[in-house]
Formats: sequence, structure tokens, C-alpha cells
Amino acid sequence: MTKKSLIPAIAGASLLCASGSILARDYISIVGSSTVYPFATVVAEQFGKTTKFKTPKIESTGSGGGLKLFCAGVGTEHPDITNASRRIKKSEYGRCHKNGVNEIVEIKIGYDGIAVANSKQAIRFKLSRKDLFLALAKQVPDPKGGEKLVENPYKTWKDVNAKLPASRIEVLGPPPTSGTRDAFAELAMEGGCKKIDWIKAMKKRDKKAYNAICHTIREDGAYIEAGENDNLIVQKLEANPNALGIFGFSFLDQNTDKVQGAIIDGVAPEFEAIAKGTYPISRPLFFYVKKAHVGKIPGIAEYLAEFTSEKTWGDEGYLTDKGLIPMPRAERQQFAKDAVELKNLKL
Amino acid sequence: MSNKIDNEVLSASPNKSMQRVQASLARRYAKERRFRRMGISAVITGLLFLSLLFGSIISNGYTAFWQTYIQIEVHFDAEMLDPQGQRSPEALSAANYGGLVKRSLRQMFPQVKKRSDKRKLYHLVSSGAAFQLREMVMNNPQLIGSTALIWVAADDDVDMLMKGHINRHKPEADRRMKDQQISWVDELLQQGRIEQRFNTTFFTAGDSREPELAGIRGAVMGSIFTLLITLALSLPIGVAAALYLEEFAPTNRLTDLIEVNINNLAAVPSIVFGLLGLAVFIGFFGMPRSVPIVGGLVLTLMTLPTIIIASRAALKSVPPSIREAALGIGASRMQTVFHHVLPQALPGMLTGTIIGMAQALGETAPLLMIGMVAFIVDIPGNVMDPSTALPVQIYLWADSPERAFAERTSAAIMVLLAFLITMNTLAVLLRKKFERRW
Repeated sequence: MTKKSLIPAIAGASLLCASGSILARDYISIVGSSTVYPFATVVAEQFGKTTKFKTPKIESTGSGGGLKLFCAGVGTEHPDITNASRRIKKSEYGRCHKNGVNEIVEIKIGYDGIAVANSKQAIRFKLSRKDLFLALAKQVPDPKGGEKLVENPYKTWKDVNAKLPASRIEVLGPPPTSGTRDAFAELAMEGGCKKIDWIKAMKKRDKKAYNAICHTIREDGAYIEAGENDNLIVQKLEANPNALGIFGFSFLDQNTDKVQGAIIDGVAPEFEAIAKGTYPISRPLFFYVKKAHVGKIPGIAEYLAEFTSEKTWGDEGYLTDKGLIPMPRAERQQFAKDAVELKNLKL
Repeated sequence: MSNKIDNEVLSASPNKSMQRVQASLARRYAKERRFRRMGISAVITGLLFLSLLFGSIISNGYTAFWQTYIQIEVHFDAEMLDPQGQRSPEALSAANYGGLVKRSLRQMFPQVKKRSDKRKLYHLVSSGAAFQLREMVMNNPQLIGSTALIWVAADDDVDMLMKGHINRHKPEADRRMKDQQISWVDELLQQGRIEQRFNTTFFTAGDSREPELAGIRGAVMGSIFTLLITLALSLPIGVAAALYLEEFAPTNRLTDLIEVNINNLAAVPSIVFGLLGLAVFIGFFGMPRSVPIVGGLVLTLMTLPTIIIASRAALKSVPPSIREAALGIGASRMQTVFHHVLPQALPGMLTGTIIGMAQALGETAPLLMIGMVAFIVDIPGNVMDPSTALPVQIYLWADSPERAFAERTSAAIMVLLAFLITMNTLAVLLRKKFERRW
């Protein structure tokens, strides 16, 4: 009998709680990029342990998914902060404004390198971005010459560049939903694509076609979509010494005994090189704050202060232990100032 | 004599068929043996895969139940912790405990002078050590001014080295622990200041980005709250629906349609229920994301068909004679159902419910849509606190870069499996104890 009365009691009580908490949320809600997630979570944990505020809740939704949720409106049911592994797009900014999210604060937190790595049992690759483009693009310039495109005919690395080994082209990388993939396409593929003069000339005439050539990755099995789980790519590389993998620098940093990063355009993916900006495939990481929520949701200003302090994102801050590449000092100061002033982003 | 001849004549044709039977006998026996062998090999293959699964999970994960601790000598310096001497909780809470830990380490290794080396030295112990000291002082401010030997959790890299997951024979550049750090660890080991202990943190803490501080308590509580909601909703609704459909509803087109649809619903992929939950509970009713109540509602939708189908099967198995006898002595239909049929069918219904719950416990896909795949440190205290669930925690850890999370992933899988096995055993025991056969 008691059990029977308990069940509706629980249901009733939980519904009551439900209506109560819609009105007030006492923790920060963060969504966004899976690349920023490992860094934001460390800050959130530190913030929760050292302040009187609750630990922020962080969902890993991807940059695009995060901005969609973030721009859905103002109010406690919408997230306060979104992480992004790329800058907010103009269309997303417009969407935010349409839904009443008029004031956004942009904070850049640092850089992330993208490594092209293979197993330590194999020899280390020395690649140029052009090699990467030729090996991985769906359509490449006809190897016989002339300004025309053909379906990618290259089967081995040696076909692409005579200096490379004769092993089959086999690259494990993230799927199209991933920010890492976007960044790889933009920085590595387009970076190599630009080296071909007649394609570069196309950029001014027909930007759409140019992007389609430079960003489209081949689908004939040479590029294998290995899911969002970077650990899995590392394991697969270990099992298959002929394959290369594409993933974030923090995973390379944690697995230096198993995999080695290829040297891209003469620069190895190392902390110092990425920080200096000489390593070509690195991208900035951001987060965006909804200004209307500051002061309404407890702790946002303090969270920003924690994130932008030197002990967090500085040259020797605890985020560097997790693989974040810090910004130069002047840039850090600039964004720390923006965080204090809650400077409104204008696009 | 004539008799004998008769017999021979008669047995001529049976003899022939007997010969045929005997000729085919060996072949038929062989066929049966082959089939049996195939069956046995199928079972063995299944068992082999199962043992491979368990073997790999357990061999990867059992080390996570131990954690390396380092003993440090801490002087709770009054100057450093509370210069004003007021012992106010605010001042004590904000004091520099990390500094205390660092000072202890410097005193233990006075030969370390260079700044970069000191940084490496500080990385021997977990960043949780400072919080541990803070908690000690907050609970007992009298400690200030005294000196104590304290065991603190080692950093995950030290832990991995001690467990043999970092190979110290590889070239220095290829491992996360450098020669210098390994020599410090060896020194501590000689002094008896490093110890492996049972990892209680794993069972008492919420999630963390530091493997040595991460625990599954938050995920377990989240799963419990979610399942409580699911149980509280799906059992009464499921049983009521089954009772009505089986005992009261007329058989017509409409009830047929309902029945077909319930069976169809049971086969709908779980992610669809997640999308439904996102649109209805979060979108329309405006419930918050990432809370167990929404998770429970979504999983209720998912388990309802399972429970209804199992409950109806249980009701069907109650022989009609019981109903007829009850009706015959003047019981109403309602009395018949609640006094006689339901008690007989209840064990079967409960078994179905438990199996449905076990299914819900292992579900991640629908929770993905409603925001329960999130980093949540605080342990949820009620159904409205943001939380994750056990399988989600496994997914999140499997995706973490730190090597030490690999063993914790396996350990969390072991905990999840333990829950599932317990629930299924409960279902079997219930059935054994209460089931009646007619």
C-alpha cells in the first residue's frame, strides 16, 4: 500500500520541482565544440571547486550545434555560453539577433594544432600541404598537365610526390560533422590547393567552385571516416602502421609513445611551433557569452575571470598541461579585457 | 514346417526395408552428430566471444580499482593559510593550499632548483591534493600550525607508470614520464612513500577531468534517478494498459490497431524517442535540458511497449478457468481481475518490467538528444539536478585523451555490467519464486 502511494508522490513531487526550476537555474549551462570541451571542462571543474558557485554543466554538441542552441533565445532554458572551434559565422550571428540575442561577447582562448600522424613503427612522414591536397581531394588537376580536373587518380604517396614512400594512401580522419574536419579542409587542403596557380586564380572569379575543389575530400576509400573518437584513431594507427590519422594536438601530446606527427611544410607539430604560428595547420578556439545572462545566472562573470586568468590560459597555465596552445601575451590581455568589459561583438 | 516357410515369406519384405533402414542409419546418425557438433560449436563460439569481451574489459579495467598515493609531509603554516588569525571560513576556503603542497614537495626534493624542473616536480601529485588539504583544514581548523604526514593521490601519469602502462624502457622522448620524474618516483618508492590503495574516489566522486579524481557516483545517481522516474511512470501505465487491453477491451478494429502499434513501437530505434523527448518535453513543455526527469520520461516512452507486451503475455498465461470460477461464484469483472488474475500474472509482469528497466539502464542514444551527454561534476541530489547516466559516462571517458581514462572506462563498464547482471538475476529469481505453472 505504501509503495502504491509512494509512486504518485514521487511523480507529483518531481513535476512540482520541474515547474520550480524553469524559473531559476543556479548553474552555468555551456554547450558547443568537442574540441574545446576538454579545456572548458578543466576550467569549469576548477571554478566549481574553488568558488562558492556550482560547477557549470558542459555539453559537447559540436560548434554548429552549440551555436544553434545558443542563438535560440534569451532565458534560463537557453545556454549561457557556447564553445566553438571556429569563429561564429555571419549567418549564425544574424540568427542570434533575430532571436533576441543581441549582445554576444567573443573570447578567444588559444590555439589548437591539427596533427597528421602515423605509428611510431613506420617512418615519419614529411608532407607539404600540397601533398595533402593532392592525396585527399576528390578532384585534382590532371597529372598529365593542363588546366582541367580529374577524379583523384593517386593510389600511393609516391604517386603524389616522388620523395614520399610507396605505401598506399590511407588516412583516418573525422567525419564532416566535426569542427576538426572543417579546420583541416580549410587550413591543410585549401592551403595546398592555393599552391596551384590556376585554381588560386579561380577564387576571385568563382568562389563557390573554388571552395568545392579545395574543400571536398575524396570518397573512394582512401580517406576513412573514423568517427569523432580520437582515441580510436590512435589505436587504429598503432594496429596499422601504413595508415595516417588526423586528430587534435592534445591527443598527439598524450600518445607520444605510440604515434608521431608528420612534419608539415618543414615544421613538426610541437607545442612551441604551434604557439609561434609556424605550424601551418592550427586554428583558434573561441567561446561566446550571452551578455543578457550575466548577472541573471550566478557565476558567469567569475567563470570568465577564471578562464581569462594567467594561471589558466597563460604560458604555464593549467590548460597548457591539457594541450591548449596559448595566445601571445598581448592577445591574452586584450581578450581578458574584453571579458571584464563584456565587449559586444559586432560582425 | 509350413509355419516356418510362412514366416520366411512374410519377413522377406520387412527384411528388405530393414536393410534399407539399416543402410541409411549410419548416414542419419552421422547427420545428427554433425548437427549436434554444429550446435555445440555455435554455443562455444558465443561463449568464446563473451569470455573475450569480459576478459578484455576486466584485464583492462581491474587496475582502475587501485590508485597510487604519495605520502607528503605538510606543515599547515599559519602565516600562509590565515595571516589574520581569525580562522574565518571564507579566509580558510580561499587560502593557498596548492602552495602548501608545492612547498612540501620542494622540501622533499631540495636538490630541485630550476623553475622548469620544479614544475615537473609539482606534477607528481594530483591537483586534487590542494582540495584534500582544504577540506581537512575546513573540517578541523586546529590543524593550522601543525605538521602532518598525509597521503595524497598521485598524478595520473605517476599512476600509469606504477601500473606499468608507461614503459620506462622506451626512449625518453617517447613517453610522458621523463627520466628525471621516474627517478623521483623511484626515490619515493625506496622511502616507502608511494603506495597503491583501493580507489575509493572512483566510487564516491563525480566526474572530473583529472583521471585520479574522477568517479562514477554522479553517473550512478543520475542513472538511479532516471530509472526511478521511468519505473514510477512506466509500471502503472504499462500494467493498466495491459490489463485494460487484455481483460476489458472489446476486440474490434480499434483495439487491433492499438495492438499492432504497440508492437511496432517496441521496435522503434531508441534515438527516435530522444528526438520526441527533445521536441515535446524540452521544446513544448519547456523543461530544462540534462535533467533525469526528462531522461526518465523519454525512457518511459521507450520501455512502455516492452512492459505492455510482457504484461499481456503474463495475463494471457493465467488459465481462463480461474476467471470463470471467480465469475461463477458471483465476483464482478473488476474483482475477478484484481483479486484473482492480477496476483497470478504479477511475477511475469515484474520480470518484464525489470528487463525493460535493464534495457533503459544501458541506453545512451535518447539521452544524447536531451543533453544528458555532458560534463557534470556535482553529484545530483534530486531529479531536477543536471546529471549524466552510467553508459553516457562510459562514452565520455572513452573519448578523453588521458591514457588513465582508458582503464576507468573499462572499470565503469564493469560497474554497469554488475548492475545489469544484478537486475537480470533479480528477474530470474522473482520468476522462479512466484511463477505458477498450470
